[in-house]
Amino acid sequence: MKAQKFWPWLIVTLGAAYFLIPLLATFIFSLRMRRNEYTFDAYVSVFSDPKFYATFGYSLSVGVFTIIVGIFVVVPAVYFVRLRMPWLRPFMEFVTLLPLVIPALVLVYGYVRLYGSSSLIPFTGSILGTDILLTCAYVMLAMPYMYRAVDNGMRTIDIGTLTEAAQIMGASQVQIIGNIILPNILVAILSGAFLTFAIVIGEFTIASLLNRPAFGPYLVGIGTNRAYEPAALAIISFIITWGAMGMINVLGRFAPRTSARTD
Amino acid sequence: MPAFLEVQNLVKSFGTNTVVKGVNFAFAKGEFISLLGPSGCGKTTILRMIAGFERPTSGTIRVDGEDITHLKPNQRQLGMVFQAYALFPNMTVGENIAFGLKVAGMPAEQRRARVDEMLKLIGLLGFDKRYPYEMSGGQQQRVALARAIAPKPRLLLLDEPLSALDAKIRVSLREEIRAIQRDLGITTVFVTHDQEEAMSISDRIVVMNSGNIEQLGAAHDIYNRPATRFVATFVGQLNTLPAGVLAGTPGERAIRPELISLAPRPETDLTLTGTIADLHFLGSVQRLRVDIGGTLVNIDTFNNQTSPLQRGDTVTLHLAQKDLLTLGA
Repeated sequence: MKAQKFWPWLIVTLGAAYFLIPLLATFIFSLRMRRNEYTFDAYVSVFSDPKFYATFGYSLSVGVFTIIVGIFVVVPAVYFVRLRMPWLRPFMEFVTLLPLVIPALVLVYGYVRLYGSSSLIPFTGSILGTDILLTCAYVMLAMPYMYRAVDNGMRTIDIGTLTEAAQIMGASQVQIIGNIILPNILVAILSGAFLTFAIVIGEFTIASLLNRPAFGPYLVGIGTNRAYEPAALAIISFIITWGAMGMINVLGRFAPRTSARTD
Repeated sequence: MPAFLEVQNLVKSFGTNTVVKGVNFAFAKGEFISLLGPSGCGKTTILRMIAGFERPTSGTIRVDGEDITHLKPNQRQLGMVFQAYALFPNMTVGENIAFGLKVAGMPAEQRRARVDEMLKLIGLLGFDKRYPYEMSGGQQQRVALARAIAPKPRLLLLDEPLSALDAKIRVSLREEIRAIQRDLGITTVFVTHDQEEAMSISDRIVVMNSGNIEQLGAAHDIYNRPATRFVATFVGQLNTLPAGVLAGTPGERAIRPELISLAPRPETDLTLTGTIADLHFLGSVQRLRVDIGGTLVNIDTFNNQTSPLQRGDTVTLHLAQKDLLTLGA
């Protein structure tokens, strides 16, 4: 190793150690359920708990609805702001950052006051209503990520000219968004979707206070009652998140290419 | 001839800035029209108002007798080719060409036949499965042309479609566009800032400057009988001869470089003497710059094999009184 490569390598190694050692320790700990032996007993225990599947399945379906609603809200909004109201962009940037600034706790108390069972719009009065409220809350939590992903996606294509080209051929606004804009920013939307998914899967505060059987509250419950299973669950969560990130990378290869060949 | 495309008192203002100042023209079916002018003259704005992307401040636009001034772009049944190709990157060439047909509700079978017909027309048969990014700029622009004409639009609008291409492709593609246009008999409005491009392919040219029409006519008229000083100087090369250069001609006169010769011709009745200040050999044509007592005059002569000219040679220029242009305001 050359001398000038020493310091960069040291910094990279330190950084990697900072992230990897706790992960490795957690992984080793998760294998120590049986005394003096390395086994996957903790994982077997996790996977044999029916509540694991129930809560994960619940969060998964809330996640899917969150993504669908998020796309329907964000894509047309970004499209019209970029195309017709560019002066609104700074305002949009600000609004979409609010969920990062306002604590989830404040949000959920606001929800309970506004939509509680004794209010004019009693969303929390029924299970379906509460699920809808939870989905709406998640759409908002994921907004900063979804907005940025979609906005970046639209930056890479000339939506103005593509829109005009489609319009002059007789396409309606819905056909333009559905057939031209959406497919061209699909990869950006999917990366926003996976980020949304990662947020929804681990979210605790809102799900817990609305008393819904989500994966986040389940994780916390296990964490307070068991010793080895939380470590196993942490590793499982990491694998799921990495899987989602890996998907973003794989899908990135299918991104539309807009530049012409030069020859 | 009844007017097919008719524009009356068309005005467009952006705030206090009026970019199109009451334009009128009428063209017959099948004509190839160019809107020619420097950037900012309003030519693109007129095209965009015909397309429906800009709303006129006042005035009317009629196509085939129908007032389309207030229709949305997708109700006008027009075709357009953009400078930046604007092919849909997520669709293959075939899907791009079929898009307008699909939107119009044409059955898949007929769509396929029409796409093949279009691909044959632009010489790209067999390219239907390619994606735009796999093709050169010239090929992409031909696909954009096919896409625009596939739904049989009433008008074809071309917004500087050649300016992103390199010189050689630009010439061959403009000839191809003209041939296809003539074949289909489709009324076409072509926007360009390139006077050579406009003159080579148009039936008639609308020369524009700062929101007004300076002259409207065939290329031959515009070049040989420019109506205004702007047209005379914008279209083609022109020599201006200040008052006093030509004996017996009061006031300023102008003349095209190819109408001055080094040898007398039957019609020439004026002469000037000067020295060659510069000389460019362009192959078939030789361009001389001659210094006549401080006034530089460009002359185009055909290549002459026998007597090569040198810088500093004294030459006599022959020109005809009838070829002189008097420039107005």
